[in-house]
Amino acid sequence: MPDTLTQSADQNEPRAGGALQEFVAFRIGAQEFCVDIMSVREIRGFSPATPIPHAPSFVHGFINLRGTVLPIVDLAQRLGFAPIEPTERSVTIVALAHGVVFGLLVDGVSDILTVDESALQPPPDITGEVARRFISEVMSIDGRMLSVIDVDHVMPQLAGAA
Amino acid sequence: MDAMEAIRQTFFEECAEQLVEVETGLLAFQDGEADDETIDGVFRGVHSIKGGAGAFHLDALVAFAHAFETVLDELRSKRIEPDETFVRLTLRSADALSDLVAAARDGETADTAKSDALLAELEAVTGSADEKAEADEDGFAFQPVTVDVSTLFGAEAGETTYTIAFRPHDKLYARANDSMTFLRELSTMGEMQVTCDTEALPLLADIDPEAAYFGFVVTLTGTLEAEDIRAVFEFVEDDCELQIDAASTDDADASFEMELATPDEADLLVLQAMLDGTDQDEEAIEATDEHASFADTEGVGAGDPDTAPESALESDPAQSGISRSSGSEAGKREPEPSRQQDPEPAKDPSVSTPAGGKKEAGKPTKAAAGQTIRVDLDRVDRLIDLVGELVIHQVMLSQRAVEAGLTRTCDVATGFEELEQLTRELQDSVMAIRAQPVKSVFQRLPRLVREVAEIAGKRVRLVTQGEWTEVDKTIIEKLSDPLTHMIRNAIDHGLETPEDRVVAGKPEEGTVRVSAGQRSGRIVIEIGDDGAGIKRDKVRDIAIEKGLVSPAAKLTDDEIDNLIFMPGFSTASGVSELSGRGVGMDVVRQSIQSLGGRVTITSEPGKGSKFTMSLPLTLAVLDGMIVTAGDETIVVPLSMIVETMRPKATEVRRFGGEARLINVRDRFLPLIDVGLLLGYRDRPGDPTAGVVILVEMENGDRAALLVDGIQGQRQVVIKSTETNYGMIPGVGGATILGDGRVALILDVDRLVTCSREAGHSLDPATLQAAE
Repeated sequence: MPDTLTQSADQNEPRAGGALQEFVAFRIGAQEFCVDIMSVREIRGFSPATPIPHAPSFVHGFINLRGTVLPIVDLAQRLGFAPIEPTERSVTIVALAHGVVFGLLVDGVSDILTVDESALQPPPDITGEVARRFISEVMSIDGRMLSVIDVDHVMPQLAGAA
Repeated sequence: MDAMEAIRQTFFEECAEQLVEVETGLLAFQDGEADDETIDGVFRGVHSIKGGAGAFHLDALVAFAHAFETVLDELRSKRIEPDETFVRLTLRSADALSDLVAAARDGETADTAKSDALLAELEAVTGSADEKAEADEDGFAFQPVTVDVSTLFGAEAGETTYTIAFRPHDKLYARANDSMTFLRELSTMGEMQVTCDTEALPLLADIDPEAAYFGFVVTLTGTLEAEDIRAVFEFVEDDCELQIDAASTDDADASFEMELATPDEADLLVLQAMLDGTDQDEEAIEATDEHASFADTEGVGAGDPDTAPESALESDPAQSGISRSSGSEAGKREPEPSRQQDPEPAKDPSVSTPAGGKKEAGKPTKAAAGQTIRVDLDRVDRLIDLVGELVIHQVMLSQRAVEAGLTRTCDVATGFEELEQLTRELQDSVMAIRAQPVKSVFQRLPRLVREVAEIAGKRVRLVTQGEWTEVDKTIIEKLSDPLTHMIRNAIDHGLETPEDRVVAGKPEEGTVRVSAGQRSGRIVIEIGDDGAGIKRDKVRDIAIEKGLVSPAAKLTDDEIDNLIFMPGFSTASGVSELSGRGVGMDVVRQSIQSLGGRVTITSEPGKGSKFTMSLPLTLAVLDGMIVTAGDETIVVPLSMIVETMRPKATEVRRFGGEARLINVRDRFLPLIDVGLLLGYRDRPGDPTAGVVILVEMENGDRAALLVDGIQGQRQVVIKSTETNYGMIPGVGGATILGDGRVALILDVDRLVTCSREAGHSLDPATLQAAE
C-alpha cells in the first residue's frame, strides 16, 4: 500500500490506494476519448433534437428522455471540432454532473475500459487548445491514446457553478 | 428529543384542525344554524388545544384557552344567551386563539395586547354568569387538564383552593364504598390533584387484605364552598378521617409537573378502566385479585369503585403519588399526557390523568371524515410525469399501428382505443391527486373579513360558495394573496359605510360574495360586493392625472373599469391601513397572470362590482395553441391569446429599419416574428403567408406574434427546461408532443421584451462569448 501511495503521489492526483477505474470510451472523428463510468447514466442512440433558441452552437438541442427534457451537447463542437454529422452509429451518452442530467453527442461508443490509475497522466500543457479545458487526464492503453473528458466542465452553467 | 418534537408537531397539526372546527362551529352559530352538537364541537376543540398546550407549558395559550373554554361552557350549559355581541366575541377569541397557537408553534412571543383585552372581556362574561356554574355538572365535566391554571385564574374567577385530607377506615370499604367514588365526585367540582399517602402500608407479608392503608391528599380548586366538599363525603363521614382546609390559591402544590412519556395503549386501557369503572377494569384488576400477585402489579395506579380495598391501588408501594387532575377528556384525540402512566413504578410517580366524562371518552369525536395519507409531493409529481409519458407513448403506438396498415376495426385497433381511454382516465386520476378543494383558502376569509371590516368601520357579511371546487395545490397556495387583496379592496373601496348604505336604501350590512367553480376546464373565482360600484369619472380623472391615459382618449365603461389594474393606480384618496399602498390591483393582476390566469372586473354603479378570476386547474398542464415557426413546433399559452388573424399585405407596415407594425382595427401593434426571434429562421417571414396571433401581456399591452401556421389547441404537460439547462430568453418551458419530440412553450412576455431590446443582445455569439 505505501508503495502505491508514493507512486501516485508524485504527479497524478492522489487517489485512494491505486484503485482500478472504469471508463466509457468513445470516438469523435478519429480521436478517442472517455468519461468516468460513474458519471454515465445510460447510452442511447441518436434521436433528433429540438433546437434551443439563443443557445451556444455546441448545444445541439433538447430531446425527450422518458419525460425529461434533456439538453444535448455536441461534444465535437464543444471540443472545438467540426459538428457531428449524425449517423446511425452516433450515440448519446447521458451523463450526470452536479445533479444536472445532459446528453453528450459522440460519433460512437467503442468499449468500457478498466484502468489502473497509474496509467493516467496529466494532459500535456498545450495552451490555446479548446479541448484542453475539458480534458482532465490522458491515458495510454495498448498503444491507443484516450483523453478523459471532465463532464463537470462540459455544460457551461455547471462550469460557472463549480 | 426527537420524539418530543414529533409529538409537538402532531399537537400543532391537530391544533390547526381544531381551530378550523372551532371557527366553523362559531360561524354556524352566527348563522343561527348551531345545535348542541356544534357547541360541543367548539368546546371540545378549545379544550383539546388547552390540554395539549398545558403539556407543552404554553402558558399564555393555556390561560387564554381556559378563559375561552369557560365562556363556551357557560354557553353550553345555556347560562348565556348567544346574542350578536357574544358571537362576535367568540369569533374574535377564536382568531386570538389561532394567533396564540401560531406564535407558540413558531416559538415567538405572542402579541398579548389583543388577547389580554379579549381575556378581560371573556372573564367579564363568565363573571356575570351564574357563579354556581361549576358545581352543576352533567358528566360533561370539562375541567382543565392542565397545569397552573388554578394559580392563574383562581383568584380572579372567585375560586378557592382546598386541601382535603381523606383517609378511609377499613369500615368504609367493608360497607362497599370506595375511595374512587369520592375522588371522582370531587374531580367534577374543580381543578383537582390527588396524592396518595402510602406511609401506612405495611410489608406484603403483613398486609391484611381487608384493611385500608392509604390516605389521599386532594388539592381542589374551584368556585365552591367547603360545605360542597363535605357533602360529597356525607355518608361516610364516620368511616374516614376527613379534613378540609381552604388554602391560598398560589399554593405551590397547586401546580404540578406533567411529564411526557411514550403513550402506551396498555396503560391507556388501565387508566380508562380505572376512571370509567367499566367492565374493562374488572379484567384489568382480575390479575391482581390474588394477594400473591399484588407486589408485582405495578403501574395500576388507582383504586376502583367496584373492587375491594385490596385493589390494585394498594398493591404497589412504589406508586406512591398519584397526581390526578380532574376534567374530562375528549376521547383520544388529544396529544396530551393522558396516556402517560408508565408501568415502571420507579420512573414517574406523578401522573396526570383525565377524569372520564364517559360521554366524551366513548365517543370518537369527528370520526374519519375522509381518510387521507400524506405523500411527498415529489412522488406525486414523478407519478404525473410517468403518466404523461405513458399517454405520449400510447399515442405514438396507436399512430404506428395505423401506419403499419392496421384497419380501424381490427381487434388490435379496438384494444388501442380501450388503452387510450384507460390512460386518459389514469391521467385524470393522477392529476386529481394534486388537486385540493379551495376550502383551505376560503376558510381563512371569514377572519380576514372580520378584521378588515372592523378596521374599515363597515359591517360586512361574507358569503362563500363552491368551496369544494378542486384546484392544483400550487395554485391554491398562490391564490391566497391576490384573493386577500381583492377582498380587502371590496370592503375598503367597494362597500359603503353603514350610514351611506342606509341612505342608498340598502341594508346596513354589506355583502361580499366569494364563489368558486369550474368552467370549461378552468377554475373561476368571483369576488363580488354589493357596494357603490366603480365611480367611473373618478377613476378616469385619476388615470388622466397620473398620466396613465391621455385626456383625449375615449374610453368605454369596460376600459375605464380596467384602468384600476394599471400599475401605479390607486383610487384611495388617503392611504388607509388596508389598501392603497400603491401596489394595488396591478399586483393582483400580475400574480394571477403568472399562474396562467386572467382577472376581469365588471361593475354596475350603485349595485356593486365583481372581480372574476379565471385560472388553470393545474400548473402541470397548460392549454396551449400548437403553432409552427421555422421548421419547429412551438406552444403558445392559450391564456395569453386574444385572437388570431390572417393579415393582409396592406395591414403590415415597416417601421424604421427592420421592425414591422401591424394595423389591428386602427391600432398599430409591433409584429414579432417568432421564428426569426428564436433563431429558427434567418430571414423575416412573409406575414401574408403566416398567421398573426394577438396576445395580451401581463401589463395589459398587446402584441402580435407572427407564426407560420396553427396546428391546433391541446393541453400540454409542462416540463422545466431550467433543471437541466437553464433560462432561455422567451421560452417558459417545454413539453413533449405526441410524436415524442420536445416542443418549447413560449413565454410571451419575455419574448416581447426581448424583441424590444436590441436584437444583438440575443445573438448566440454574444452569449457564447459571455460564457
